[in-house]
Amino acid sequence: MVSGLQVRDVVVRYGDLVAVDQVSLDVAPGEVMAVIGASGSGKSSLLRAVAGLEPLVSGSVSWDGVDLAAVEVHRRGFAVMFQDGQLFPHLNVGGNVGYALHRLGRAERQQRVNDLLALVGLDGYARRPITALSGGQAQRVALARSLAAEPRLLMLDEPLSALDTGLRTRLVEVLAETVRATNTTALYVTHDQDEAFTIADRVAVMASGRLLQVDAPAELWRRPADIEVAAFLGYGPFLDEGLARQFGWTGAANGLIAVGPDGLIAGTDGVEVPVRAATVGRGETVFEVELPSGERAWVRSPGVSRRPDLLRVRLSPDGCAVVPKPVVLDTVQG
Amino acid sequence: MTLRRDHGRTWVWAVIAVVPVAFLVIFFVWPVAALVARGFFDASGFSLVGVSEVMVAPRTWRIVGQTLAQAAVATVLAVLLGIPGAYVLYRTRFPGRTALRALVAVPFVLPSVVVGVAFRSLLTESGPLGFLGLGESFAAVVAALVFFNYSVVVRTVGVLWSRLDRRVSEAARSLGASRVRVWWTVTLPALAPAIASASALTFLFCASAFAVVLILGGSGWGTIETEIWYQTTQLLDLPAAAALSVLQLVVVAAALVAADLTRSRQERALTLAGSPVDHRLRRGDAPAAVVTAVVVVGLLLTPMLTLVWRSLQTAGGIGLGNYALLAVGDGRPSVWEATANSLVTAVVATAIALTLGVMVSYLLSRRPRSVAGRRLLRWADAAFMLPLGISAVTVGFGFLITLNRPPFDLRSSWALIPIAQAIVALPLVVRSLLPTLRAINPRLQEAAASLGAAPARVVATIDVPLAWRGFGLAAGFAFATSLGEFGATTFLARPDRPTLPVEIFRLISRPGAENLGMALAAAVVLAALTAAVMAVAEYLGPKEATSW
Repeated sequence: MVSGLQVRDVVVRYGDLVAVDQVSLDVAPGEVMAVIGASGSGKSSLLRAVAGLEPLVSGSVSWDGVDLAAVEVHRRGFAVMFQDGQLFPHLNVGGNVGYALHRLGRAERQQRVNDLLALVGLDGYARRPITALSGGQAQRVALARSLAAEPRLLMLDEPLSALDTGLRTRLVEVLAETVRATNTTALYVTHDQDEAFTIADRVAVMASGRLLQVDAPAELWRRPADIEVAAFLGYGPFLDEGLARQFGWTGAANGLIAVGPDGLIAGTDGVEVPVRAATVGRGETVFEVELPSGERAWVRSPGVSRRPDLLRVRLSPDGCAVVPKPVVLDTVQG
Repeated sequence: MTLRRDHGRTWVWAVIAVVPVAFLVIFFVWPVAALVARGFFDASGFSLVGVSEVMVAPRTWRIVGQTLAQAAVATVLAVLLGIPGAYVLYRTRFPGRTALRALVAVPFVLPSVVVGVAFRSLLTESGPLGFLGLGESFAAVVAALVFFNYSVVVRTVGVLWSRLDRRVSEAARSLGASRVRVWWTVTLPALAPAIASASALTFLFCASAFAVVLILGGSGWGTIETEIWYQTTQLLDLPAAAALSVLQLVVVAAALVAADLTRSRQERALTLAGSPVDHRLRRGDAPAAVVTAVVVVGLLLTPMLTLVWRSLQTAGGIGLGNYALLAVGDGRPSVWEATANSLVTAVVATAIALTLGVMVSYLLSRRPRSVAGRRLLRWADAAFMLPLGISAVTVGFGFLITLNRPPFDLRSSWALIPIAQAIVALPLVVRSLLPTLRAINPRLQEAAASLGAAPARVVATIDVPLAWRGFGLAAGFAFATSLGEFGATTFLARPDRPTLPVEIFRLISRPGAENLGMALAAAVVLAALTAAVMAVAEYLGPKEATSW
């Protein structure tokens, strides 16, 4: 028997716009699946369709083999945590967390609320008004509120996107730990691949409503299915075999060589190319170089150094991936 | 299982939709249509003779001209005076601002009979401003109309203004625009939707004004509404009344369409600051502050205080003599009995208006997916606003000629009065509830549903608590409206059971200082009751347009 979530050929449409186009996806019990894609890729629409918040034009969503078409949102047991928390403004922290626990007795409910708040690191916050919370705290409360429902599937829609970078990095750890500690099955939608790679067992990449690839993070990174996925993950430029060989590529070349952030390295045995710009980053300098084909590529060099006019560079096999040659190239943006 | 649940859902929606529609059809559309139809039928069948006679009569066009002129001038004045008021009361900060906002809000809910009596006591020959010779004049009518609608402009424009993001005008300033240029190129265009919407609403209220014009205009000045009343009650000329009702409908529909267009533009237009933006009142604000002070003292306070002062004047000097007379029955119900009757009627009317208003607002606050559904809702929205502008006189008279035989033989029933008043109050109830319901972020309802809350629980735990404050305001409006309703009630109240406004009008229409004194005292009582009701509603209502 199949278990967990099965999404089959789901289509969601807003008027003429096809937001989700024939997507199929499985999430096993206890698994954390991240869906990544640029804004407008259809990932949030997919989540809303699974939750029952958007009607399906065609296809099906089922759990443990049972079709959910006729099951309303509140009976699915799929809790949604939204981007900006959507805490209920007229209830305090405890009231929000305990929202799904209304069938429990008062004492038991309080106990559960306190346990959940402790789980997300907000011990003793139950009586606070939600207006007194910072953005990060509000999201922790939203997480506790969702977990209180003991959902068979927890769905997180860009839960950290409204927060600043530092907080996001810390909170994604909290989310990951909490979801694992409670052995919750989760569908995590984000545009941030670092977030996705941190939290997910498997990552699904979407673009223009279509599902491009589903894989474990390491696998996804090593073997992006096509140039679109690779570009979204941060690969680029994409070199054809001849050019790649010039820069020392010795591996297989049944497609294009996708140059990752560490794919082009400086080295005395490399080919000399002109340096067009230099940017100083965290403990490193990134040189923008011009390849013989006219394409721009980036070379990272530790420390802060002055921009040379020329630099000898070569490809590092570990930092590159091979992707199939697309039929049409001009739609791809790095 | 699923099937049964779906049927249950459909059934609930059907009730929510059918009950208010049926009520509106029976107690509004039918009576009005029946009255209008009478104008087109005489003994020999369908005939346009009566109506066309009215349409070519100079008197008709004089009245239409007066109606439009009064409404237009009053609207322009209300806007010109209201914009500085909106600035001072919503964009600046000073001690006593809350009290001043409350004071400015009072006139809008004052019963029109009271306002008529107050302005008459001010402008009549023996009144404080009698020397101006403005009794029964165009100016008197316009002044009273501005008095009523000043707060509509101040509130509508002010609430938007208080939320305009200051950084937009700061950006314009930093690009080299002078204060004057910022006002014309940034602030005014941003406020334009609110100004347009307040203007349309003010025009609508002015064009359908009744009691205040009846009392202040005398025989020389009227509106279509007073003319309908005159034709039906004094001349018993139904074709004339019918033709005038149709004219009224055209004017009202035009104003409603304009209001609807500007409203939908306003709702989609601007990105607003999260919380109100204001600054301490400063030297540069002096012109606006002076204009506002003059309006508040001269236009708002003077008539109200004159009313109170003159109600205390008796033949034997200053005292409570006029109030003592309110208890005297003299063979018919005393004013106190009329007051009690008014309160009971208002309670019933409020209950009806709120029940229907909640259903209508809930329905109108839904967001249908289909284009057809959205269009249907827009039409429904406009339809439920119609009683706002349709002559209350037409409704009242329509009741008399339709609800006097089976299946609705309610002619002699007291219940007609609260029903008519509920019809008149319904648009205000919907307008108070709808914004708070629409402001509820649908994500909150979705979050609740995804946490396992069934639709009924979502309503009980999310919608109701968040809309509760709007509910208090709606109840206040409904109660105040029915307490002061005159146009329809005057046809329906029986002599042995008058309401307070009807009694005040009877007293002021009769000669004698004693009757006038009682009318003034009764008007003060009615004003005090209304103000008390609104004070409670404001207390329960939104302090500011809270952001959720």
